[in-house]
Amino acid sequence: MNTPEALEKLFRSGKLSRREFIARMSALGLAAAVSPALLGTPALAASPKRGGRLRLGLNGGATSDTLDPGIQLAMMPQTLVYGTLANSLTEIDADGQPQPELAESWESTPDAKKWVFKLRKGVEFHNGKTMDADDVIYSLNWHRKEGTKSAAKPLVEAIVEMKKEDPYTIAFELASGNADFPYTLSDYHLVVGPKDTNLAEGVFTGGYKVETFEPGVRAFCTRNPNYFKSDRAWFDEVEILGINDVNARTNALKTGQIDVMNRCDLKTVHLFKRMPGIQVMRQDGFKHFTFAMRTDTAPYDNNDVRLALKYAVDREQMVKTILRGYGRVGNDHPISVANRYHASDLPQRQYDPDKAKFHLKKAGLSEATFKFHAAEAAFKGAVDAGVLFKETAAKAGITIDVVREPNDGYWNNVWMKKPFCAVFWGGRSTEDMMFSTAYAKGVAWNDTFWDHPRFNELLVAARAELDEQKRRGMYVEMQQIVSDEGGVVVPMFSADLAAASDKLEHGKLAANWELDGFRAPERWWYKS
Amino acid sequence: MELLKFNGITALVLKRVGLGLVTLWVISLLIFVGVEALPGDLAEAVLGQSATPETVAAFRKELKLDMPPHVRYFAWLGAFVKGDFGNSLANQRPVVDLISWRFANSLFLAGVTAMIAVPVAVLLGILAALYRNTLFDRLISMATLSTISFPEFFVAYILIALLSVQVVIFPSISNINEQMSFWQKLYAICLPCLTLAMVVTAHMMRQTRAAIINILSSPFIEMANLKGLRKLRVVVLHAFPNALSPVINVIALNLAYLVVGVVIVEVVFVYPGLGQLLVDSVSKRDIPVVQASGLIFAGTYVMLNLLADVLSIVSNPRLRNPR
Amino acid sequence: MTATFKLLRSSPFSARLGMAMVLITLLAAIFAPVVAPYGETEVAGDVWLPASADHWVGTDNLGRDLFSRLVYGARNTIAIAFLITALSFIVGTMWGFLAATVGGWMDQLLSRIVDILMAFPTLIFALMVLSVVGTSIPALVVVIALLDSTRVYRLSRAVAMDIEVMEFVEAARLRGEGLWWLMRHEILPNAMPPLVAEFGLRFCFVFLFIAALSFLGLGIQPPTADWGSMVRENSGAITFGIFTPLWPAGAIAFLTVGVNLVVDWFLHIASGLED
Repeated sequence: MNTPEALEKLFRSGKLSRREFIARMSALGLAAAVSPALLGTPALAASPKRGGRLRLGLNGGATSDTLDPGIQLAMMPQTLVYGTLANSLTEIDADGQPQPELAESWESTPDAKKWVFKLRKGVEFHNGKTMDADDVIYSLNWHRKEGTKSAAKPLVEAIVEMKKEDPYTIAFELASGNADFPYTLSDYHLVVGPKDTNLAEGVFTGGYKVETFEPGVRAFCTRNPNYFKSDRAWFDEVEILGINDVNARTNALKTGQIDVMNRCDLKTVHLFKRMPGIQVMRQDGFKHFTFAMRTDTAPYDNNDVRLALKYAVDREQMVKTILRGYGRVGNDHPISVANRYHASDLPQRQYDPDKAKFHLKKAGLSEATFKFHAAEAAFKGAVDAGVLFKETAAKAGITIDVVREPNDGYWNNVWMKKPFCAVFWGGRSTEDMMFSTAYAKGVAWNDTFWDHPRFNELLVAARAELDEQKRRGMYVEMQQIVSDEGGVVVPMFSADLAAASDKLEHGKLAANWELDGFRAPERWWYKS
Repeated sequence: MELLKFNGITALVLKRVGLGLVTLWVISLLIFVGVEALPGDLAEAVLGQSATPETVAAFRKELKLDMPPHVRYFAWLGAFVKGDFGNSLANQRPVVDLISWRFANSLFLAGVTAMIAVPVAVLLGILAALYRNTLFDRLISMATLSTISFPEFFVAYILIALLSVQVVIFPSISNINEQMSFWQKLYAICLPCLTLAMVVTAHMMRQTRAAIINILSSPFIEMANLKGLRKLRVVVLHAFPNALSPVINVIALNLAYLVVGVVIVEVVFVYPGLGQLLVDSVSKRDIPVVQASGLIFAGTYVMLNLLADVLSIVSNPRLRNPR
Repeated sequence: MTATFKLLRSSPFSARLGMAMVLITLLAAIFAPVVAPYGETEVAGDVWLPASADHWVGTDNLGRDLFSRLVYGARNTIAIAFLITALSFIVGTMWGFLAATVGGWMDQLLSRIVDILMAFPTLIFALMVLSVVGTSIPALVVVIALLDSTRVYRLSRAVAMDIEVMEFVEAARLRGEGLWWLMRHEILPNAMPPLVAEFGLRFCFVFLFIAALSFLGLGIQPPTADWGSMVRENSGAITFGIFTPLWPAGAIAFLTVGVNLVVDWFLHIASGLED
């Protein structure tokens, strides 16, 4: 298999990452033979074809959806706005690396505090206006204007100053160094629309223009003939349908009424795989479930109690039962194998009733009962997960009471209120974003109320560190700290399962979001 | 009663229309109080897990959720009376835009279903009563019984499995949109229509049959039978008109159900009807949308009931000519 | 006693069949722990196994023994549905008859209240109440019974109105009989046939309604077995050619048909028709 032709084939079909490809070509002494054109378009395999209508049936649409990039709460608007209509300054490729999109290139000072972005020239909005630095600054400020509801506000607030140096150059000054700033700018909220317009109108730079949008029901888009990427957006039309019932999605795909569906039914996906004409796609992304303990509340303020509970979970069994095998065991920290600095050498925590007993005894709490709060709203199967937890913990002499909470209002009344509860996390594509969102001292979603001085110190240091090796070391240490001393049990990472007609083709899937980083409409095409 | 005697049915209808309006007003009040009483508000419900105190506060202020409830209710009522339904709290679209095409869709589905179901149900009911206890009656009974014995969504899934997956005849989702022609829409809603028709036909047919059989034991029918009139004539001309009152009531209930109660079918077939919008809006606490769609539903009910009452009176000779 | 016995002996085949069907279900429900080979929520094997000697009708979506679930399901389903229907009939017929017999302002008042309750879309009502008080079984019983009693009220009022204008009621009134007596002795017996038919239908309707609520995530909460939810949990399999959901659906149909066969027979006797 190690002939250049075979490697190229593997690479084009997405079975080999760009890095692996170059490494193995170099091993053959052939690095110089690699065509720059081939590497320039890493996600593309053999000659995509233009045309056709892509019909996506997606879970996660609501009648309250809007096109406002600041309020993108579920899969349907996210795929529509970020994946179909709009672009950010950068995008994340299939290997998890930031690539230029509306930006052409960037550079930073050594402390990662000041960044200069050069913009692509000749990019046109759907309304015909040409994009320049003013539009970018306006679009970023959209998220921190007076009375904003944008979830991206904290991201933009980290920018102290945005200066237009010339119409296609912007200088950013950050409050503190952030080596991941190009990642931040790939966020799906931070898309660019024309200056002084209402961004909720859906006018952006993307490969398609929105024709009709009925929130939660249907969006219909046609190809933007002036799209600045010639090698993307292959379809003539894109139709996104909100289908929240998983059986309805499955039937619609089976009967050919849609071409792509997200979130397959775990119960029937093994049957689905056997059907002719259907491809099932698995992405191991960042999505994970946690059992969050409030470290500021007794008895969870005692690390031995937390360790006892961590040892009392049978992670393999949970992945097998709750996820039906479509996922990976967690190691009590929120960093996924899809992240760049995942600590693969960290020993996997195993179910160990004896160690659990030992730590519980050390905490002097051998008779204690723990109330675990869960609801299906936390994540699908959360209550079942609680019941499994109860069973395995019982073998270690730990009594767990599973309290079933109402779905309605779970995030307001249970999460961050009850001392021990089930939580869903979509995860983040960078270690820094994940840790800063939920593990740093005092941040809004620090649901374990955790405060670890060494961890907090490392977080700031790693953020500004541009040296890869040093940075990796810091993030590995942080994962270890969370795993051993943090307030979360992370039993499992859930894979994303999507299915599509096998007439569709795509390169290696990006793992940052579902459906190729929400970008299926832009990146996929029909086979000829 | 005096009013009724002198001005007849017109006065009665007017009186009932007035009462209907009062009913609607009480309902609007109840819905408002009900949604207010739910824990949490729109800001929290829409944002879900991504709610931070800051965004929630911004949301609240923008939506005037920080004002006292009675102020908001009367502001809404004032606008409503002037014909302004307001904007959806969740996405600022005018409620009229959100609701009108969905309501039209709901009526379309209900209308097509009723056009099939009502004549079939009445006809089958009469025939079953006429040929009661024959093989025909039993077969019809069994068939209708089994269709109402399965949960609606299960009937739907079976129909999809048979007519959409096994044999590809009808589409499995009915997501109609404005770009479709009337016939395309009609084709798209075949399966939901069939599902609903099966459910309501069974119920209406059984009531029709029961009502007619009940009347058949009355002395005047015995008399008609004794006079040697033909059985069909007796049932159609003598028994059926007297059984109309309960039949009309049951039809009215089922029609209202077709407009109001088909959320499940909407979910299974991804049909953009009003029911789905209502359920969504309740869980999002989007009061203007809940109010408007709740009132449309309630109005449909009130109107159909009024119609049923009037028709019952018109059809019952005894009630029509009070002593 | 002998009259009942005689009546039973004279019953047609269909009625006996219906009674047998209801009886079988009742026995299964009462003796559930004895009949069921596995526990109600016990995971006993792989997911969606076909029927075998170990699992008579296979296993469900979580690998629980389906036959055991059916038997326990009978218990929960029948008890809850019967309770709800009985409650709604007691409430509904009483007010309905009262409205028809007293008439005037009483009729107006009751009918308006019922109009309001009925005009309230059933599902929002259920959604609002259940999300405030939580989806517990008592809450389900009260909410559904209240919603259902409005329908019973309308029917019983309409039927009683027709009876109320009959000569024999007038005669009783002139005799000076009391309100309660009129309702009990004149109206109730004559209103019986449509009401009994409605009871049979309503009873079946109730557990279908619970199933519908389960579909929206508000019905009887797992892991409690009830037939409607069992259909729901397994229904995804049907388009893949797995027949598991047919069993609980079949159980619902079995009981519904049984109840209705008995109801039909009753309707027949009560109407006094000779054939």
